[in-house]
Amino acid sequence: MITFTVNNKKVDFNGDPDTPLLWVLRDDVKLTGTKFGCGIGQCGACSVHLNGQVVRSCTVAVAAVADQQLTTIEGLASKGRLTPVQQAWITHDVPQCGYCQAGQIMAATDLLNNNPNPTDADIRTAMTNLCRCGTYVRVKKAILHAAELMRQEVKS
Amino acid sequence: MNDIDNPGRRKFIVAGVTTSGGLVFGLPAVVLAADHQTGDRHLGFFIEINHDNTVTIGNNQPEIGQGVSTVLPMMIAEELDVQWSQVNVEQMPLGIVRTADGFTWKYGGQGVGGSTGTRGNWTFMREVGATARAQLLAAAAQLWQLEASECRTEGGYVYGPNKDQRVSYADLIKVAAKITLPDEKPILKNPDNFKLLGRPQNHQGVKDIVTGAAKFGIDTEVEGMKVAMIQRSPYLDGRVKSYDDSEALKIPGVLKTLEITGPEPGEPYQILASGVAVIADNTWAAMKGRKALKIEWDKGPFQQESTPSLHAHMEALLKKPGQTVRNDGDFNGAFKGAAKQLSRRYEIPYVSHAPLEPQNCFAHVQDQKAHIIVPTQMPSGASRAAHAVTGLDRLAIQVDMTRVGGGFGRRLTNDYVAEACMVSKATGWPIKLLWSREDDMQHDFYRPCGIHEMNAGLDEKGAVVAWQHRLASASKYYRRPNMPESDYANSELYSDDYPANIVSNYHVEYHSAKSGMPRGSWRAPAHTANGFVIQSFIDELAHESGQNPLAFQLQLLGEPRDIPYSNHGGPVFNPGRLATLLKWVAGKIDFDKKRPQGRGVGIATHFTFGGYAAHAIEVSVSAAGELTIHRVVGAIDCGFAVNPRGVEAQMQGGTIDALSTALNLEITVDQGQVQQSNFHDYPLLRQAQMPEQLEVHIINHGQEPAGVGEMPLPPVAPALTNAIFAACGVRLRKLPIADQLKEALNA
Repeated sequence: MITFTVNNKKVDFNGDPDTPLLWVLRDDVKLTGTKFGCGIGQCGACSVHLNGQVVRSCTVAVAAVADQQLTTIEGLASKGRLTPVQQAWITHDVPQCGYCQAGQIMAATDLLNNNPNPTDADIRTAMTNLCRCGTYVRVKKAILHAAELMRQEVKS
Repeated sequence: MNDIDNPGRRKFIVAGVTTSGGLVFGLPAVVLAADHQTGDRHLGFFIEINHDNTVTIGNNQPEIGQGVSTVLPMMIAEELDVQWSQVNVEQMPLGIVRTADGFTWKYGGQGVGGSTGTRGNWTFMREVGATARAQLLAAAAQLWQLEASECRTEGGYVYGPNKDQRVSYADLIKVAAKITLPDEKPILKNPDNFKLLGRPQNHQGVKDIVTGAAKFGIDTEVEGMKVAMIQRSPYLDGRVKSYDDSEALKIPGVLKTLEITGPEPGEPYQILASGVAVIADNTWAAMKGRKALKIEWDKGPFQQESTPSLHAHMEALLKKPGQTVRNDGDFNGAFKGAAKQLSRRYEIPYVSHAPLEPQNCFAHVQDQKAHIIVPTQMPSGASRAAHAVTGLDRLAIQVDMTRVGGGFGRRLTNDYVAEACMVSKATGWPIKLLWSREDDMQHDFYRPCGIHEMNAGLDEKGAVVAWQHRLASASKYYRRPNMPESDYANSELYSDDYPANIVSNYHVEYHSAKSGMPRGSWRAPAHTANGFVIQSFIDELAHESGQNPLAFQLQLLGEPRDIPYSNHGGPVFNPGRLATLLKWVAGKIDFDKKRPQGRGVGIATHFTFGGYAAHAIEVSVSAAGELTIHRVVGAIDCGFAVNPRGVEAQMQGGTIDALSTALNLEITVDQGQVQQSNFHDYPLLRQAQMPEQLEVHIINHGQEPAGVGEMPLPPVAPALTNAIFAACGVRLRKLPIADQLKEALNA
């Protein structure tokens, strides 16, 4: 049995240890906010945080996360309070079809955790997630806005 | 299609009280009793006024990211006179009812394609809202024993002439439900009085998306559901010769395999390909099981087809005269007599839709009924596909729509619904059919490839006097029931496209190429090809005759006037609206400014399905052929922009989609097999490749909306290649751009 924590809840998994984390989250834990886009780590729709670092869950076997801490898009907001990244995503009305956005938000959150003042170039480098609808203009604006919101939070 | 001007339709808007006591407005009458006696709170109606004076508005169209689930409810909310903050939006299912000779719509026409969602529902949705408002006014008037004309509405309340006369819509539910609707058309608001329409609103579902709560098709979960994946023939129209599933069935969780028989080569299809389905308890088992199948393929009739062979085939076709699509005046005479002649060829590749949500469908086929839950652009097509596979009465097939993770035209075709029904019917299980990314990329309905030959003559003054467009392509109109090959041209060349009806000696011809590749509608279908070709050629004509490309095209477009336009997006085309946009973007980017060697600007414009767009792009090309896109300026005239924030999103996204496709995207075929399989070899544009600056502008025109989903794309590729020519003198006539610049400059 493989045990790990998702959004502060303990999960026991009894199936194939080679199962990609993505499918354990979606099929077994029933957290469907994390999306399947390519299966080979190219698109980033399946991005989650593993011990606070962004990973592409379609290329991580569930065995590799034994005893580790995971956060998915469903676990970002605590007690209904949206994170600055989520708030900024709403302010800038980023999503179109919305399918890649959980992954974009997980990647953006990771970027801002590591780099609270990203430059345009930093965003270009860090945000490798695909968006088929082409929301990149608003993604960038929302990240810069979220960074501002986080600075305000620190001050207050 | 949703116009309710037709007299019989008035009585279809009805009101009634739900089992939970809310007031609903919807259509048509025949449905009312059925829906409410069952107590089923399926939102079959457009408006439900709740006890707390919130309003639930039904969205009858598929939400594919184009924003229709926001913009259509906005129209209803405006005429109903409620605050947007009072409104919740719910997705409606497919609704059909039987008629004497078939079926008709229960909730108005449903389906999104051809940028018709906003335009096609503009009158209909406002009338739904206005009818409900009239009903509430009448109810308040009855309550206060006044004339309705003495009352007014605002923000979900009716007000009477006295200061204390104020009643919420919720408090009028019981009275309103008993009032018979008047038979005349409701009076719609004067656009000058709009409070909501024309003002930017966020997408209604944005909070659910950012919290991971939004449900797409792939997120469907039904008790007892199994997961199915199909290994389809990698060969175009190939067949399963034999297969061995013994290893697959050993994998824990794998339950069953099933052979799927595809259509006969060249025949109309319900599904695309033959193959073997693996049904399992969960997705990973289905994937592993599928991988463990050993299948021997009959390689089918197209095993020799390759991208080079197709190219040679189209070149050979162009050596002979083709089918005349349009012939005005005397092209040959005018071309021969012209002071200057120019002939050029352009190439368009096959491209894939690649929506980020892979195809999927839930189907549960039972003896007497079926339930389908599906992300689709055409729910009625899903119903027909399910009927074709199961033989069930279409009224016994319930089709529910989810949010859709991208459409782009791929989900106009419901082949994956038919597949899911086949598997559910054969097994009796509720099935979620899932495609992998590789399945999606290798079994798509690709945008047609083609070779375009353009010939034009200019007179002594440099004006165009003769124009010819010759196209050899694999038409998207193929394998269609009862369609002769002579109709194949109609999906690839729109006969009234600019500069038709402007250049008097005008000839268009078509050559139908044979290919085993499945073809379909890709966002702004033939406009993406023809916009590139026509706008590139106009730029070439200007440069070749020593004219300024902006002045040359403005001259060709001429004064604002309505020209009859018989193709989709008509009935008229006004070239003056293109001229306005072209001048706008050229002004913004300072088109006439001298730039250093290696830096240049290109412009282009195109009329697509009733909407107008133009782009100006500034690039640099290094001596080694490295391309930098400094700035993209886009402008769109979609008539009246109902939700400017949504229009801006489509314009930004469509521009990026077009850049992505022009820069790097191509599907190729070798030995009858698609060569690309995933995003590593079909590299969609990422944040890192974004232009340094991208800005879009909305130019309103009049009070009627056009669509907006497709209009942004066609001008982008030619504006980019025109800019590249201006920067470095290399003319790219073949898409995608890929490594052509490096090859040209390092040759």
